[in-house]
Amino acid sequence: MRKSGPVEIVRPKDLREASSLVREGGMPLAGGTDVFVRVRKGLWDPPFLVYIGELPQLRGIEPREGGVEVGAAVTHAELLRSPLAAQLPVLRLALSTIGAPAIREMGTIGGNVANASPAGDSLIPLYLLEARVNLVGPEGERSLPMEDFILGPGKTALRPGEIIRSLWIPFPEGKPLPYFRKVGRRRALVIAVASLGALFWLRDGVVEKARLALGSVAPTVLRPREVEKALLGKPLDPGLLRPIADELSRLVNPISDIRATAAYRRRVAGNLLLDAAARLPRA
Amino acid sequence: MRIKFVFNGREIEVETHPGRRLIDLLRADLGLTGTKEGCGEGECGACTVLVDGKPRLSCLTAAIQAEGREVLTIEGLRENGGLHPIQRAFVETAGVQCGFCTPGFIMATYALLKENPDPTPEEVRAWLSGNLCRCTGYQQIVEAVLLAAKYLRGDALRVTRNEKTP
Ligand SMILES: Cc1cc2nc3c(=O)[nH]c(=O)nc-3n(C[C@H](O)[C@H](O)[C@H](O)COP(=O)(O)OP(=O)(O)OC[C@H]3O[C@@H](n4cnc5c(N)ncnc54)[C@H](O)[C@@H]3O)c2cc1C
Ligand code: FES
Ligand code: FES
Repeated sequence: MRKSGPVEIVRPKDLREASSLVREGGMPLAGGTDVFVRVRKGLWDPPFLVYIGELPQLRGIEPREGGVEVGAAVTHAELLRSPLAAQLPVLRLALSTIGAPAIREMGTIGGNVANASPAGDSLIPLYLLEARVNLVGPEGERSLPMEDFILGPGKTALRPGEIIRSLWIPFPEGKPLPYFRKVGRRRALVIAVASLGALFWLRDGVVEKARLALGSVAPTVLRPREVEKALLGKPLDPGLLRPIADELSRLVNPISDIRATAAYRRRVAGNLLLDAAARLPRA
Repeated sequence: MRIKFVFNGREIEVETHPGRRLIDLLRADLGLTGTKEGCGEGECGACTVLVDGKPRLSCLTAAIQAEGREVLTIEGLRENGGLHPIQRAFVETAGVQCGFCTPGFIMATYALLKENPDPTPEEVRAWLSGNLCRCTGYQQIVEAVLLAAKYLRGDALRVTRNEKTP
């Protein structure tokens, strides 16, 4: 527990200076909804914080190459208000479940991604939409798919001095049906016990293509590709999808913690697929 | 470090540490104790203030994050020396009991009604989901918000009438 005085915060004038301050051991600070909570609880003790939350290079929401590029320091609420996000309904569904309004106004998408929590709600749509993470650091810029960026709970591919600059989110082809649901214990501020996001492309009443992403049931967000394949050619009928839901329950790799047991999480994972099938239109 | 911001409508400049929590700046340095600290971890909403018109938790905000912005607290809601219509509505429906959670609820309500002047009870509940109250059981708070919405829509009407008939 930090006993005396507030944590040191520096405000870099641009991205370059931010990167060199992070290289020196500073921890990026965007919205602070994770940083301040953990510093206060004594879980983190950074030598100093580097406030990147208002750097203009991290603040834009722009159309780019068949998708949208979202600055890392864009807040969940800003993204929800953006007309570009309206073209990504699965992203809106997920972001609107984050925290309560004040947390959505404060928390940023870059902070959610850097946090690499298996329960991070923005991660699910980013996996589903096959977004890329654009990084900037002392050695220049690079870009990684979400799945290569997130390595484990709280672990990312960030190198010393690297900062997330933006997320590039491609618009999916066609008009897939979006689904997102998280199960937790308190409606507001719930850290998911399990969550499922999905995109279903239907043709003639059956699944032509499907993407699924699950939260809180494995060390990282999980894309169960076997199950995505197994869904092909099937109608979105909960009765018929029962065996596939069971398969999904078997496949996930959850832990037991104070929020739920592993067995419960397994069961919820499968049930969420049936819930998606029950709620979405079948044609 | 000197930090400048607009506080309850007045531009001010304070000497503080950039990492000082906004809630400490408000309560201890500026001496305005209307904003409450419940959990200090983002879970209860008692410390809700508005920054540039949007709700923010002052327990998880550093002074540096208020720099150059407009901060509005419960003290800034006074209207002509009296209670703001939202405050009145909370008193009238018994949406205030011990009162500890009230400034946070009222600031969150203020932001809601600016965005959505005629919310449904479900919208009110969803919006206030980050604010905890240990006394009222919430029903009276929802009633307070709906009543406040009515007052504010009525007030708005009065203002336009006054403008039309000088
Ligand atoms: C009450 C409460 C409820 C919450 N509810 C939810 C919820 O429902 N769902 C959910 O997913 N999360 C939730 N969170 C967690 C948190 O709000 C989100 O993870 C948020 O998106 C974090 O963003 P931030 O800008 O506040 O991050 P910060 O706290 O500023 O930073 C978080 C981490 O990311 C790093 N970081 C930030 N930006 C960058 C960058 N550009 N490049 C590199 N590293 C960076 C920081 O160094 C730090 O390690 C909740 C938190 C609280 C306090
Ligand atoms: S005191 Fe800030 S949310 Fe509880
Ligand atoms: S009135 Fe006492 S906590 Fe809400």
